[in-house]
Amino acid sequence: MNAEDTIRKTVTENDVVLFMKGTKMMPQCGFSSRVAGVLNYMGVSFADVNVLADEGIRQGIKNFSDWPTIPQLYVKGEFVGGCDIVTEMTLSGELDQLFTDHGIAFDKDAADKIREANG
Amino acid sequence: MAITARDIEDMLKAAFPAARITVDGDDGAHFAAQVIDESFRGLNRVQQQRAVYAALKGKMDGSHGELHALALTTKAPD
Repeated sequence: MNAEDTIRKTVTENDVVLFMKGTKMMPQCGFSSRVAGVLNYMGVSFADVNVLADEGIRQGIKNFSDWPTIPQLYVKGEFVGGCDIVTEMTLSGELDQLFTDHGIAFDKDAADKIREANG
Repeated sequence: MAITARDIEDMLKAAFPAARITVDGDDGAHFAAQVIDESFRGLNRVQQQRAVYAALKGKMDGSHGELHALALTTKAPD
């Protein structure tokens, strides 16, 4: 399977996917760490794809999303954005809405705590 | 060759001549840019930021890109 097919399969079969540098347990870049941290803290179940482990995926995801940077968040097969967009959406509550709209479980209290701490 | 905040600002100004643009960062690799431009109105954030990345012409591209990290804020004027 080529990189594009692998990526399409991954974002189709998993409700929430984070393409990142490192893993959700051990991120290897501050931007990836921030997004993985938000999802972990909000108790969202997500698949993590370490782009550093596969050069084909690392380049392939940039082409697939037409987006030059990592991390990249996908929800229900749709590209949501990178670190800055996810951060803005977390603080504005739009990320909560996105998860709610797609029936993805998350801890609303934890999301509120992030906003309180960064308000 | 290290890129400077001024280089980034010049590239963004060329692509968004009427925008309000601020670029911070002086370590040659990590920057923060804010671009406020009328052309962003009606676009979602992904579309807005794609336009900014396009203006940077591949400088963001991975291991060969000169620009390791650019924190980006985009919006249309209030």
